[in-house]
This record gives sequence, C-alpha cells and structure tokens, in this order.
Amino acid sequence: MSTKTYDRQNPAFYALLIALVVMAIGPIYLMLVTSLKLNVHIMSDSSSLLFMPTLRNYETALCDFLWYEPEHLRRCDPTFGRALANSLIIGLISTAITLIIGTMAAYALVRFRFMGRDVVSVWTLMMRMVPPAVLLVPVFGIWTFQFGIDGSRGGIILVYVALNLPFVIWILQSFIVQVPIQLEEAARMDGAGPFQVFFLVVLPLIKPGIAAASIFTFRVAWNEFLLANALADRNSRTVPVTIVNSLTEFDIDWGVIMATGMLLAIPPIIFTFVASRQIITGMTAGAVKG
Amino acid sequence: MSIARTNRLTPYLFLAPAGLVLLFALFYPICYMIYASFLDWNPSQRIGEADFVGIRNYTKLFSDPAFRESMWVTLKFAAVVVTLEMIIGVGLALLLDRNIRGMSVLRTLFILPMMIAPIVVGLMWRYMYHPTVGIFNKTLKSWGFDPIPWLSDGNWAFASVIIADVWQWTPFIFILSLAALQSLPSSAIEASKIDGATGWQQIIYIKLPLMLPVLIVTLLLRLIDSFKVLEVVLVMTNGGPGLSTEIMSLRINRTASEFRELGEAAAMSNLLLIVLLILTFTMFIYNKAQDARAARLRAVEEEA
Repeated sequence: MSTKTYDRQNPAFYALLIALVVMAIGPIYLMLVTSLKLNVHIMSDSSSLLFMPTLRNYETALCDFLWYEPEHLRRCDPTFGRALANSLIIGLISTAITLIIGTMAAYALVRFRFMGRDVVSVWTLMMRMVPPAVLLVPVFGIWTFQFGIDGSRGGIILVYVALNLPFVIWILQSFIVQVPIQLEEAARMDGAGPFQVFFLVVLPLIKPGIAAASIFTFRVAWNEFLLANALADRNSRTVPVTIVNSLTEFDIDWGVIMATGMLLAIPPIIFTFVASRQIITGMTAGAVKG
Repeated sequence: MSIARTNRLTPYLFLAPAGLVLLFALFYPICYMIYASFLDWNPSQRIGEADFVGIRNYTKLFSDPAFRESMWVTLKFAAVVVTLEMIIGVGLALLLDRNIRGMSVLRTLFILPMMIAPIVVGLMWRYMYHPTVGIFNKTLKSWGFDPIPWLSDGNWAFASVIIADVWQWTPFIFILSLAALQSLPSSAIEASKIDGATGWQQIIYIKLPLMLPVLIVTLLLRLIDSFKVLEVVLVMTNGGPGLSTEIMSLRINRTASEFRELGEAAAMSNLLLIVLLILTFTMFIYNKAQDARAARLRAVEEEA
C-alpha cells in the first residue's frame, strides 16, 4: 500500500477540491436559494446574499395539500398537486412491478439451464440501449389505437416497466450469481419448491442489489418526460410534464418553478445520500470488472 | 413425473411475466416503428389507414436540409461532449486518486447532477443563463463586462448546451475511471517507481494503458447516452435559436408532435436506432474480444 501514503497535500490541491465541489453543487444550491426568494428579489439587480427566506413559492405549488389557505394566493391552482400525486403513484407502482418480474426473470436466467438463455441475455443488453425518443411514435400509435390505454396512468406505468426491465434484469443477474448455490440446494433438500426457494432464500440475500435496482427504476419513472408527455392527458400528467408546460409561457414565474423543480429533485437527492454506495456499484457494474 | 415437469417449466414461469411485458411493450413497438417508417401516417389515422409509400420517408429525410443540419448537430454534440468529458473526467480521476479523507463524500456530491431529473437540470441552467436575472450575466455585469447572449445566439447556445451536459455527465466518467484506477495492480506501479519513472511517465506508460479497456467501454457507454440526450436541451433552448441545438431526439419529438408526420419521425427513430445498435455491437464485440484475450493469456501462463 506504499502508493497510498502521501505527504501532506499541496494547498492548491485543496483549493481545486473546493472549486470542484462548488461547481458540482452550485447550480443545485442556486435553485434552492431561488425557490426561497420572492420574485421581487429574484428580479432585482443587486445579487444580494442577504434575504428573508420564504416558503411562499412552495405554498403556491402545494396549495392543494395545505390545511390552511395561504393569504397571498387568490386562487389555488391544483395542477402541480395533482401532478405530484400522479408522479408518486406511477413511480412507486412501476418500480414495484418492474422489480418483482425483473428479479424473477434474472433468477431464471442465472440459475436454470435452458435453451435460448444466451439469446435472452443478448437481447436484454441490446434493449437497454433503446432511447425513449425512439419509442415515441410506436408507443403513441399502439397505446392509442390498439391497446386503448393512452391518457391513463396504467399506460404510462406499462411503458416504464418495459423501459426499465432490461436494466433491472441485467444488474440483478450480477447479484444473483453471487448467491451460493449450496444454500438453495439445502433448502430444496428440506422440501422447498422453486418458488419458496426464490422468495424465502434468494430474495433476502440480494437485498443490496434490489435497493440499487429500485433506485434506478424509480429515478427513471420519476424523471422521464417525453413518453409521459405523449401519453398523459390532463388528469394523468406527471411533474416533469407540468414543469415543461409552464415553461412555454412567455413570462416565467421563476420562484414557483424553481420550487417545483426543487420538489422534483428532492427524492433523487435523498436517495443519493442514503445509498450512494449502491448507486456507484450499479453505475460501475459492467464497465469495471472485479 | 409431475415434479420433473414442474421443474422443467419453472424457468419459463419465472421468465414469462418479464418476457410478455418486453414482447408487448418494447419489442412489438420497435417492429411497429420499423413498419411505420414506410408509411405516410398522421396521428389522427389508424395505422391501417396510412398509405404505404416505400422508402419515400427516407429519401425525403436525406434531401431535407433541416434533417441534415440536425444530424450534423447531433454528431457534433456527441463528439464534443464525449471528448471534453473524457479528458476532464479521466484527468480528475488521475489527480484525485489519493488517499484523502472525505473521498466518499466527494463522490456522493459528484453523482448528484446525474441523479436529478434532466428537466430540472435544464431548468437550473436556463435560469443561470437568463439574460438579465441569470448569475453569469449578473456577474459579468458587476465586473464591467458586456453580457453574453448565452441562449439567444446560435454558437453560444450550442456552447451553453455543451457546458450543461459536461457539468451533468463528467462525474460519470470520473467515477468509472477512478474505480478502474483503484483496481489496477499496485505491483506494476511500484515496479515503475523503482525503475525511477516520474509521475507523468507512470500515467502515460503504466496507468493509462492498463485502464484502457475500462476507458473504451466508458467511452462507448457515454457515446450511446449522448445520443439519448433530450430533456436538458428541450428545456434550455428547445432546439433553437434556428436549428443550432436541434439534436436528433428533439427533431423526432417535433416531427411527431408539431409537424404530425409520424412516418417520417419513425424513419428518423430508425436511423438513430441503427447508430445506437452499431455502437452497442461494437461494445459487445470489444468485451468478448477482451474476455477471449484474457483467457488466452491465462492459458499461456499455465503452460509456461
């Protein structure tokens, strides 16, 4: 480990580190600060660091859920509140479905020898590369004219499940491979069926993998815009769609829109701090072996 | 007998739900798109009512200067972004590969830009680039410089979009190359040190060549992803001014929803998909070749 023992670092090195951290989180901090400002202060010329933080923008965005009536609002616009509920429902349900059927498929691919296994693996890998933009036209056409599920939350959930499955299967495979097969054989000796082995023995052992996969899945469903925009109607719009819609107007209400952006950014930020190790594992798996 | 049969059926039972979803919601739509790219189809028609026009959508695309421009913008964007990110990301990894406290905190902070929604990233940068209230022009003004037309001039808009993407995705390359650096065999580095290699010589002759397999995979992954960028640009410039930032996925979106030419949009999606497939296959074959090489080396070692 002699390469790891360094002398005291150069002060310039620490300056560089600080500059990098400021660059990485500066924009996010700026968004947070703006969301706590009144529009008068945002528009004012002096970039004052001193201001009274206010939750007014958040009150405007979330007025649907408040138990009191914010006095600065003449009329409550429920668009954002509804979108937030839609985003949560769509994100949670699609994550749950993707993980359940994804773990089962990954388990089958790893543990059972059967014809077509390699083919399935290659296909999963290729499907990972399909960008949402490519799916825009066919999904719109099929969902509207053949399945008749456009404009519903179910339709959006189905696309997200399909979009996330290849990645989930691929990442969970690498975790399931590490489960010692002796454990499963022992359980089978004791008379457990394949489904019991899977749910009672394998699932508890790959919890870290499931955590990583669910963060990635939820993030895609929570952040996605293009397909949700094509499929959603007024009642099933998600948060990204409402943000883009409110941007097209000429006069942008920066305070409120930054508050909504902040609300959209909070869940992924929390995940990052809670599970950064799993996220990095998920990112590096595949590219860096061993 | 019945147990044996359940055992034989089990893998298929486990695979069935995922297989069905992928078949109906991913594979079928892609086949549908390939078929639709040969149709003259608008969103109010059922697909059966659309006319079959052969390869007219494709010939039309290639004679359309707007499409060629968008293709050029996409390629330029991908090339510039990936080059910059590789240089900065690998450079930072080489620089920060030290035993310092707080490295894990640093890595956590660095992945934040990748985790938050692209829509929000676009929003933040659009705000910072704002001609009057944005922080860049405010700072320039307070230092006595002229404001820069970040998003309202074609060349500047292209540069601004690239800066935002570099901000968002350099950490990805940084984290992957740092992981690669830390898994290098320390014996090689120590040996070079004993032979009196300087820091630069170590990097050029030892570290970079050993990292190369990971770097190539990282590059391909990032290249594939750079063709998928959409939301950030949509929020910041919506492809404008003019066509200066209209990358391919934005053009597909606009062709489908604004111009209502689903056939043409499908043809475009098809071309994008072909590019991505080529890249994916390159990566796949490269990985296989690497594995084969490693196996051969091991075999040679065992013989010796």
